[in-house]
Amino acid sequence: MQITLTVNGAAREVDIDPRTTLLDVMRHHLDLTGSKKGCDHGQCGACTMLVNGRRINGCLSLAVMHDGDEITTIEGLGDPGNLSPLQAAFVRNDGYQCGYCTPGQIMSAKGMYDEFNKGWPSHVSDDLTAEPNFTTAEIKERMSGNLCRCSAYPGICKAIEESAEEEGLTKRKAAE
Amino acid sequence: MTEHLKMDQVQPHLLDETGQGVLSVPMPRPEGPLKVTGRAPYAAEYKAEGMATGVMVRAAITKGTYAVDTASVEDMPGYLGVFTDKMVRNAAQGTMGTNPAQMGDKILYLGQPIAVVVAETFEQARDIAAVLKVDYTEDDDAVCDFDGVSDWPDSDKPDQGDLDQAMSDATFTVDSMYTTKPHNSAAMEPHAALAEWDGDKLTLHGSLQMLGYNRDEVADSLGIDAKNVRLLAPYVGGGFGSKLGMSPDCVGAAVAAKALGRPVRVVLSRNNVFEMIVLRTATRQRLRLAADKDGKLLGLGQENWQSNLPDEPMAEPVDLATHFLYGGENRRYGQHVAILNRPASGSVRAPGEAVGMLALENAMDELAEKSGIDPIELRLRNIPEKHPETGVQYSARSLAEALTEGAKAFGWDKRQKAGTRREGEWYIGMGVASAARTNILMESRANVTLNPDGTALVQTDMTDIGTGTYAILGQIAAEMLGLDPQKVTVELGDTDLPKSSGSGGSWGAASAGSSVFLGAKAIRRKLAERLGCEVEALRLQDGVATGGNNRRPLAELMDAPITEEGHIEPGQTDEDYHQAGYGAHFAEVAVNAVTGEVRVRRMLAAMAAGRILNRQTATSQVWGGQIWGIGTALTEAIEHDPRTGHVVNNDLAEYHVPVNLDVGDLEVMFIEERDDASSPIQAKGIGELGLSGAGAAVTNAIYNACGVRVYDYPATPDRIFPHLP
Repeated sequence: MQITLTVNGAAREVDIDPRTTLLDVMRHHLDLTGSKKGCDHGQCGACTMLVNGRRINGCLSLAVMHDGDEITTIEGLGDPGNLSPLQAAFVRNDGYQCGYCTPGQIMSAKGMYDEFNKGWPSHVSDDLTAEPNFTTAEIKERMSGNLCRCSAYPGICKAIEESAEEEGLTKRKAAE
Repeated sequence: MTEHLKMDQVQPHLLDETGQGVLSVPMPRPEGPLKVTGRAPYAAEYKAEGMATGVMVRAAITKGTYAVDTASVEDMPGYLGVFTDKMVRNAAQGTMGTNPAQMGDKILYLGQPIAVVVAETFEQARDIAAVLKVDYTEDDDAVCDFDGVSDWPDSDKPDQGDLDQAMSDATFTVDSMYTTKPHNSAAMEPHAALAEWDGDKLTLHGSLQMLGYNRDEVADSLGIDAKNVRLLAPYVGGGFGSKLGMSPDCVGAAVAAKALGRPVRVVLSRNNVFEMIVLRTATRQRLRLAADKDGKLLGLGQENWQSNLPDEPMAEPVDLATHFLYGGENRRYGQHVAILNRPASGSVRAPGEAVGMLALENAMDELAEKSGIDPIELRLRNIPEKHPETGVQYSARSLAEALTEGAKAFGWDKRQKAGTRREGEWYIGMGVASAARTNILMESRANVTLNPDGTALVQTDMTDIGTGTYAILGQIAAEMLGLDPQKVTVELGDTDLPKSSGSGGSWGAASAGSSVFLGAKAIRRKLAERLGCEVEALRLQDGVATGGNNRRPLAELMDAPITEEGHIEPGQTDEDYHQAGYGAHFAEVAVNAVTGEVRVRRMLAAMAAGRILNRQTATSQVWGGQIWGIGTALTEAIEHDPRTGHVVNNDLAEYHVPVNLDVGDLEVMFIEERDDASSPIQAKGIGELGLSGAGAAVTNAIYNACGVRVYDYPATPDRIFPHLP
């Protein structure tokens, strides 16, 4: 099937088998291997990417469902010589070890900042009808869909906290 | 030239005299920018002209024989072939260097690789594998559960003294049975291989920890000369033991690529990883402690029961640390390995200590409770002077410092009597456990090149599986050669480079690090000659050499690059000293009085592992150990169907590795130490030390919180809730 995706700002036309996942389109057809395959079941989060601004597991979505969608993958953030603030914070704080879950962690955090800005509550929010505070517990809960077997969670949290405003978080406390 | 050192005697602390000051300090990983931008390529991400895709087919029966019916899929779109030739039963064991069992048409466990299906695309291959008809003949004599073992093999471990007598003479005794469930390494990157032939020569991109051994395993499995095999693994998405040995995808890809005359890539599914790759055996452990009125051990025993497939050269060394951690005249061990029709058992991070230290350190906590002696004081009283079984002296051993300094930093003095601290519906408690991990030095080689422009190059087939190899090897070369680490390039993961120790057994940093140290040391000697000074007087800093009243930039001493090979081998110090890393783990947990749910509020690890090469990456390794400790204590358990051996929870939704919210505040402190016997860089391994005992600190904290002793791991709420006060 012929579809067009806008990937990292550029229109990409692909002719694909309808069984192909959004993740495999990136990895096998568009040479964008930054999004990782850790489980192919939506269990590990290594394939997290933004679709029309929202984070999703690329392995759980068929590419043909996304004709016309705007997709941002890790390759759409910074380059090795010009890191985004969040990417630089991951390096600075050792928010990874083997690096395999890392693109998913970073894309997930990008999506999470936006969810805070929109006031979405989480499992650890005290009040589901109030705007959430940007606390460590909230970060941990909202990042728990991204497994890191090297267990770099302390560095991951620190990187996400440090670069929040630079990455577009509008307020840390709901009362602000 | 080769600078060779057999570690026969303790070496001077040269790294304390060099002046660049870039070692031991925290330094972000040089490969970090590639990793955080998704540009670091892992095995499955390489491309080859005309590449086809293979998918593994798993056995759907537990025991018997099989035949694939190729005709059932030949007409499917994209079909290229089904291959069963040379299929290996499971991944190789670490440092095996030979082929894993190759079974022909025989099946010994459910999930065993039996064929690789190859098609033009992944989607086609996956569907063909699902449709492929396999004819099975089932045997009816499979044994899949400990309870079905009629005849446990005897142990050949001799006793020391008379433990039974010690138990009857003792004032305080512990005699407890502990059980642990099987564990999976669950590295985030599934095993993958891309095989490409050029005539008789095979090039294979793999996800592997020990390329030198893996090359021999691939060659032996295929029946070819190892000289014709080149392996590449510059980036590896985690290992934790699961990639020590060559995995079935390597053989599947190589066989198919040869037959088809085109490159083939095979990536294991997550389910495959849970079945075809080694897992940690389940264990039953009987712990016995006999102590006098002062808590001093008169004897101890640790006997274990576990399982594997036939002909696997690996048993979980459950009692590894128990032999040397605490004193006591009378000692008994025992290891009984049953043959079960389950996936192969093998190395998962810290084989031995990961489960053995759970039971030992829980038993010590039981003894502390019975004797009324503080758990830290009890441990301090039982630190032996010499190895209690061999009489050999210890090398650097900062166990007492780790326990006492860790206790102070953690606030151990605020620990209350079991079951007495409550906050709302939560019981709060603290626990402690010792950490110990045998230190091993392995033969390793590296080339070090210094260029006249003040840059340097380190080359070895060593891997970086997340452990920080790129960082620390660059730091060692930079420190020795007086360079900014940014001027040092490190090339890893290619069997065309000098053969290293590989990553495993926590020996990579000290072994590969020593080879780089030696190569750089040889370069220092040449520079001293050219400068006209004794090598002892040479000082290298920021690209300038000073010594004997001379001061010259490197460029003036060199008109061509200098390359030296460093080659380290273990030697007599291995016999003369017992070497291990030591430490102490502390945990504070909250146990829900209504549900039995456990939350780890905070942990502290005080670690003593000789010279720390990079405080940042070493800290990350210990964080990893602490968090793995949380997993082993609370959630991780492979469940086998007792009838078929099937790994029921063969994915990451049902096998519960810790997630971000499972982890409380973590603190890591290092005890300043040099281990002179370990290596010329005085460093010891830390990756597995960080896990040794960590889970026991959590379960001991559970006991302190609510008075419930968990004997069957993991400590899920159902094992706590019925016993709550």
